[in-house]
Amino acid sequence: MTTDRSMQEVHWAKTKSLMIRTLIIWFVFAFLVHWFADSLNGSEIFGFPLGFYMAAQGSLIAFVVLIFWFVRAQNKIDVECGMSEED
Amino acid sequence: MRGDFIDNLPKIYGLYTGGFLVFVALMAILEKLGVTADIIGILFVSFTVFIYAGIGWLSRTMQVDAYYVAGRQVPPVFNGMATAADWMSGASFVAMAGGIYMGGHAYLAFVVGWTGGYVLVAALMAPYLRKFGCYTVPDFIGTRYGGNLARFLAVVVLVVASFTYVTAQINATGTIASRALQIPFEVGVWFGLLGILLCSMLGGMRAVTWTQVAQYIVLIIAYLVPVFWMSNKQGFGLIPQFVYGDAVARLGELETLHQVGILKPAEAVAGLKALTVPHAAAGSSWIDSWRFVTLVLCMMAGTASLPHILMRYFTTPSVRAARQSVAWSLFFIFLLYFTAPALATFTKLQVLDPNLATGIIGKAIAEVNALEWIQKWSNVGFVKIIDSNGDGLLQINEFFMRGDIVVLATPEIAGLPYVISGLVAAGGMAAAMSTADGLLLAIANALSHDLFYKIINPQADTRARLIAARILLLGVGAAGAFVASLKLTTILGAVAWAFDFACSGLFFPIVLGIWWKRANTAGAIAGMAGGFIAGTWYLYMVQWGGMTPWIGIDHLRFGIIGMPVSLVAMVVVSLMTPEPDAETQAMVDEIRIPKGETVLASSH
Repeated sequence: MTTDRSMQEVHWAKTKSLMIRTLIIWFVFAFLVHWFADSLNGSEIFGFPLGFYMAAQGSLIAFVVLIFWFVRAQNKIDVECGMSEED
Repeated sequence: MRGDFIDNLPKIYGLYTGGFLVFVALMAILEKLGVTADIIGILFVSFTVFIYAGIGWLSRTMQVDAYYVAGRQVPPVFNGMATAADWMSGASFVAMAGGIYMGGHAYLAFVVGWTGGYVLVAALMAPYLRKFGCYTVPDFIGTRYGGNLARFLAVVVLVVASFTYVTAQINATGTIASRALQIPFEVGVWFGLLGILLCSMLGGMRAVTWTQVAQYIVLIIAYLVPVFWMSNKQGFGLIPQFVYGDAVARLGELETLHQVGILKPAEAVAGLKALTVPHAAAGSSWIDSWRFVTLVLCMMAGTASLPHILMRYFTTPSVRAARQSVAWSLFFIFLLYFTAPALATFTKLQVLDPNLATGIIGKAIAEVNALEWIQKWSNVGFVKIIDSNGDGLLQINEFFMRGDIVVLATPEIAGLPYVISGLVAAGGMAAAMSTADGLLLAIANALSHDLFYKIINPQADTRARLIAARILLLGVGAAGAFVASLKLTTILGAVAWAFDFACSGLFFPIVLGIWWKRANTAGAIAGMAGGFIAGTWYLYMVQWGGMTPWIGIDHLRFGIIGMPVSLVAMVVVSLMTPEPDAETQAMVDEIRIPKGETVLASSH
């Protein structure tokens, strides 16, 4: 029981740290790049002005990749700590 | 039998998709044989609505867990599709590309906000709520914090946010039905409602789930086909989303040529706009950046608080599946959202480029007025041409249109066959219907489960609960259709408000309920009431009270006022009152791990 308890604490600490890392990356693509959209528009990517590209497509791709990565990482934490569902 | 159905899902929906493509081909043949455009439009809309109603009928149920959470057996990928349909409303489908067309970069805040919110859903909310085992979002608030007042406040916020949203959706079904079926708008609204209710009345969440998957397939095909077609026709390449950089660059040249933003419209036309905003350029002052990120934040936090989305993740078989399903939802949503800016770009190019046969700016006004699509949309008052300077040529500031029509009119503007217009109408109908279904169900379930069963009559038996749920569904639907028929707001205004209401009242009470053990009943009540009242007050003052918005925080962004009030009220009041009892704290520990039984029994 005590080991189960401490495993649960390890699990939660790892889960929190993953959450924070995920939200930092999220913050960069949700807010930071768009704050500087005007300056970014000075550069070009695939023929698009960079600031426009990030809002129209770049951030979206980043979110999709981030969320699939997050799901994998969280599953790994659950399994490692013996906290995943039995099935 | 039911197990069979779940196992065979890929096959069933594969056949369905094939069948739909055959239907589209059949319509194309009918068009070649000389069947009129009107009849093709009627066939498209009525055939698809008929199919959804059939699925709704096949999914009828009298079991509580099937009615509220689809029996918790929806696989992640299919739940992802259902969520995507639930999520992408008439506003996403019909109005988003039009918004980008008219508003350029500033409008892309909606695109970023409505996708990035899913990161919050996956990381902060969905898996934990699934582990909790609730039927509705107020069910979580009511059990986590205890007491009828907290549950009741959650129901109030849910109803206000979702009802604001659902009227906009019924409005959109009415608009599309009235155009495709050639009936008056007021009749179209009730026709739309009938279709919506056929999908949800008999089978609740189970029926809505399987119709939403079907609706997603129709709407994504309908959205992608015209863009691929135009891109290939204009020679930009096979996968338009990746290569429209050249089209954006060309638009920049055309904006200089046509003096976009320099020529201002000489007069105002109610409800319509001339193009004055450059496509790709972002504003250079900090207030432009501020307005962009505040809108993004409101839409993201709203995404993570809107009950009709969160409740979709209650239907998966496991916590792990709930999490995966959020990822699939975002992927399916992404397919449409990263296409919208491409669609806006190509359509604008069609209109602006004098080298293309479809270009109208710079042409003689008599010639433009003779175009079929101009005549058609002018007749209903969505397009207007005024020769302000009397030179007989159409300048950029003399062409007025309603942004909402861009998606629906694009096939006509680009000269695509009418079968594509019919397909797009069916897609718009699917988008609006699926969202309306999810919202109506969220409202009716909260009223029947939380208000009727948990607060008013805990002794009610299964039959009484499910009958109450259906009567409420009917009542709420009728109220929504009635409000929609009054035409109070444009499609998009009301949609943004729903997100602001939801994030003002529910975001922190849900997040802190999971992530902060110390959060207690009094804090949650203060957070919900404080945030919701502050946000609503601000909306009222800015929209009707004549107050000047503070630092650019207009009516679309009132969540920026509501959310901090909610957070501060919740934290301060929680810390001033005793911490939750040991039982509640153990419950919070329990929802943080996927392993083990759900907190609430599977049928409660």
